[in-house]
Amino acid sequence: MNRHTFLALLAAPLVLLATPAQAALRIFACEPEWGALAQELGGSLVDISVATNARQDPHQIQAKPSLIARARNADLVVCTGAELEIGWLPVLLQQSGNAKIQPGQPGNFAAADYVRKLEIPTQLDRSQGDVHAAGNPHIQTDPRNIAQVAVALTARLQQVDAANAGQYAKAQADFSQRWQQAMARWSTRAAPLRGVPVVSQHKAFVYLYDWLGLKEVAVLEPKPGVEPTASHLQEVLSTLKATPARMVLYSAYQDPRPSEWLSKNAGIPVVKIPFTVGGTDGAKDLFGLFDDTVTRLLAALGKP
Amino acid sequence: MNKTFLASIALALAAPLGAMADTPSDISALRQEIEAMRAAYEARLQALEQRLKVAEGATSQAPKPEAAVAQPPASVAATVPATSGGGANSFNPSMSLILSGLYTRTSLDPASYAITGFQLPADAEVGPGTRGLSLAESELGFSANVDPWLHGAANISLHADNTVSVEEAYVQTTSLGNGVSLKAGRFFSGIGYLNPQHSHTWDFTDNPLAYQALLGTQYGDDGVQLSWLAPTDRYIEISAELGRGRSFPGSDTGRNGAGMTALSAHTGGDIGDSHNWRAGLSVLNAKATDQALNATSAAGSLVNNAFSGSTRVWVVDGIWKWAPDGNASHTNFKLQGEYLRSTRDGSLVYDVGNSNSAGAYRAVQSGWYVQGVYQFMPNWRIGLRTERLNPGTPDYGINALSLMGSGYQPRKNSLMLDYNPSEFSRVRLQFAQDRSREGRPDNQIFLQYQMSLGAHGAHSY
Repeated sequence: MNRHTFLALLAAPLVLLATPAQAALRIFACEPEWGALAQELGGSLVDISVATNARQDPHQIQAKPSLIARARNADLVVCTGAELEIGWLPVLLQQSGNAKIQPGQPGNFAAADYVRKLEIPTQLDRSQGDVHAAGNPHIQTDPRNIAQVAVALTARLQQVDAANAGQYAKAQADFSQRWQQAMARWSTRAAPLRGVPVVSQHKAFVYLYDWLGLKEVAVLEPKPGVEPTASHLQEVLSTLKATPARMVLYSAYQDPRPSEWLSKNAGIPVVKIPFTVGGTDGAKDLFGLFDDTVTRLLAALGKP
Repeated sequence: MNKTFLASIALALAAPLGAMADTPSDISALRQEIEAMRAAYEARLQALEQRLKVAEGATSQAPKPEAAVAQPPASVAATVPATSGGGANSFNPSMSLILSGLYTRTSLDPASYAITGFQLPADAEVGPGTRGLSLAESELGFSANVDPWLHGAANISLHADNTVSVEEAYVQTTSLGNGVSLKAGRFFSGIGYLNPQHSHTWDFTDNPLAYQALLGTQYGDDGVQLSWLAPTDRYIEISAELGRGRSFPGSDTGRNGAGMTALSAHTGGDIGDSHNWRAGLSVLNAKATDQALNATSAAGSLVNNAFSGSTRVWVVDGIWKWAPDGNASHTNFKLQGEYLRSTRDGSLVYDVGNSNSAGAYRAVQSGWYVQGVYQFMPNWRIGLRTERLNPGTPDYGINALSLMGSGYQPRKNSLMLDYNPSEFSRVRLQFAQDRSREGRPDNQIFLQYQMSLGAHGAHSY
C-alpha cells in the first residue's frame, strides 16, 4: 500500500459530498428532435443538453468526453432507441457511473418503444447491411409518431419529476392541441404528394412516406448504411427508366453528391430533407421541421 | 370510478399525514400533491387510450392475408418494447467474435528481435511476431448485465499457436451512482490512452515501442478499479487501481498484498462542433521479484538477468479529433500522442546461472509516439506514426562494465492504409521501418484483416 492508493482511499468519501444542488430536471437528448420535444413539454422545468446536431449521422457518433460528462449529470436520457444509438449510447451509459439512466430505469426513455415500427426485418443478417432488429429507427419523420412519443414522454417526465406533474400535463395538452392543428394543416397542404414516386439516398424516410403516401421506387445505398457505389447508381438510373420517379431525397447530414449525381442524370429535382430540428434554416423547431419538409417536397413537385 | 379511486388515494395519503397537516402551507402542499397525482393519472390514461387506438388501427388495417402476417409483430413491438424470443436463451450474454489474420514480411528474422538498451522478459509479446501467413489475435467476447446492480464482461483471446488466454474477465457496478463505478476481475489498466484498448481497435497493427518496452505491450492485471466521474460539465475522471502485479513490469509472486497500484486522471471536452480532445496523466507502480529479463551484455552476447525491485511508469496522453461539424462519416482526423517514463529501482542479478553477479540497479527510461490517422474518404483511412525510445543511462552498480550500453535511441516509423467496407470489417496494409536493433533496420510489411461478428460493439473514445 503506497501513497497513491492512500490518496485514492482518501478521495472516496468526497464522492458522497459531491451531490450538486439541483434546480431543473436535467435531460440528455440523443437527437435534436427529442431535445425539441422535451423543451415543448418541459419548458423552464427542464435543462436540456442535446448530444448531436442535425449535421451528424446519428448512427455514427463517438462516445466523446463531453458526452460522458453530460450523461453522468443527467436525470433523464431521451433517445430514439431501436438500436439507432447502439454504437455509442451503451458506452456512455456504462462510463457515466449514473444509476438513474441505465436501461430499464425510469431515467432511460427510448422513443421508438412507443410507436408502431416499420421495416422490421424478417431475417437478421449483416449481409443485409446495417439492419436494425427492432425495425427502422428513423421514426421522427412522421408527425403522428411525434404525437405518440409526446404522450409517453409526458408520462415519463411526470414519473421522474412527480412534483411538477401538473405542469407537464398542462404543457402536453397545449402542445397536443397545437400539434393536431399543425398536422391537419400539413396533411391538407401535402395532399398533392400522395402516390408520388421518389428515390431515397438512405432508407431514412419510411415513416415520412407512410404518412404522406409517397412511394419509394429505389434507394441509392445498395444496402442500409453502405455508401452508394457507381455501379449501384447506374442500376438505379436504369430502374428509373422503367419506373420514373419525381424526385430524390437525402437527409441534411448526408453527403449530397450521390443524390446530385442522380438528379443530374435522371433529370429529377433533388430534395434536402431537414430530417431533424436544425437540419435546414426553416427547421428551427418541431413545427418548422415539418413545415419545411412539406414545403421542400411540394417545391420539388412544382407546387409551392 | 376514476374519482372514487383518486379520492381513496387522497384519503389514504391524508390519513397518516392528518396529524401534521395543521398549517395552511401543509394543506396547500397536500393539495398540490393530489393535483399532481391526478394529472399523472390522467396523462397515463391518455397514453393508454392512445396506445389502444394504435393497436385498434393496426388490427383494422390488416384485412389482406400478407398484411396480417406483417402486422402482428409491428403492434407487438409497439406495445411490448424490447422483448425478444423467449425461453432460456433470451438471457444469454451478447456475444461477439473478432476474426483476424495477418501476413508479415520482415527483412530481419523476428526470432532475433530485441530493443537495444531495454531488458525485456522472455515471454514479452514484443516485435513483429512470426513471418508469413498467420492467424492474428482472434477474440471472443461476452457481456451482459448480471442483475440490476452489476454488469459482467469477458474477452477470451485465441492465439495463433492454439493457446487460449483470458484477456479480460470482470464485473462492474452499474448502480452506485454519483459517477462512481467499481470494477473487479481481470482487466486492462486504465492508464494512458492505448492501454485499455483491445488490439482490434488499434489504428496500427502493433502497439508503439514505448508500450512494448515499458509496459510489455499492454498492461493487464487481476485486481480492482474504482473510478469516479466529477459532476462537472467538463469531463474529469479519476481512477485508482489495485492489482496483483501479474505481468511486466511487475512479476507474479506469492505475496498477500498488492503488487500493483495505479492512479490516473483524464479530462477532455469539445472545441466547437468540429473538435474534441482528451488528455490525461497516469502513474503505475509495480513490484517484481526475480523477474527474468533478456539482455545483451556490453560484449554483445545474450544474457539472462533477474530484477527485483519496484517500477514506476508515468504516462502522459493526449488525443485530438476533428470531423467537419462533428460528422465523422465522410472525413475525419485523429491525432494522438503519448509519453511514457519508467523508473526501475532495485537490484539486478547479472547473467543468472553463470556469473550470478548481484548489484544495485536503477534505470530511468522513456519513450514517446505521435500518430495521425486521416479518413480522406468514406471507408478509407491513412495513418502515420513516428516514435522514439530513450534508454537513459542506467546505473548497474557493480555490473556496470558487463552491461553498459551505447545509449542508442531506438526509433520506428510506420505508415498504414486501411479499407473498411463496413463498420464490421477492415483490411489494413502497413509498412514500418523498425530501428529497434542498433545498426540493423528492419523493414516490415503487414497485411491484416479484422472482422467483427455478432453483437454490435460500441467503442470507447
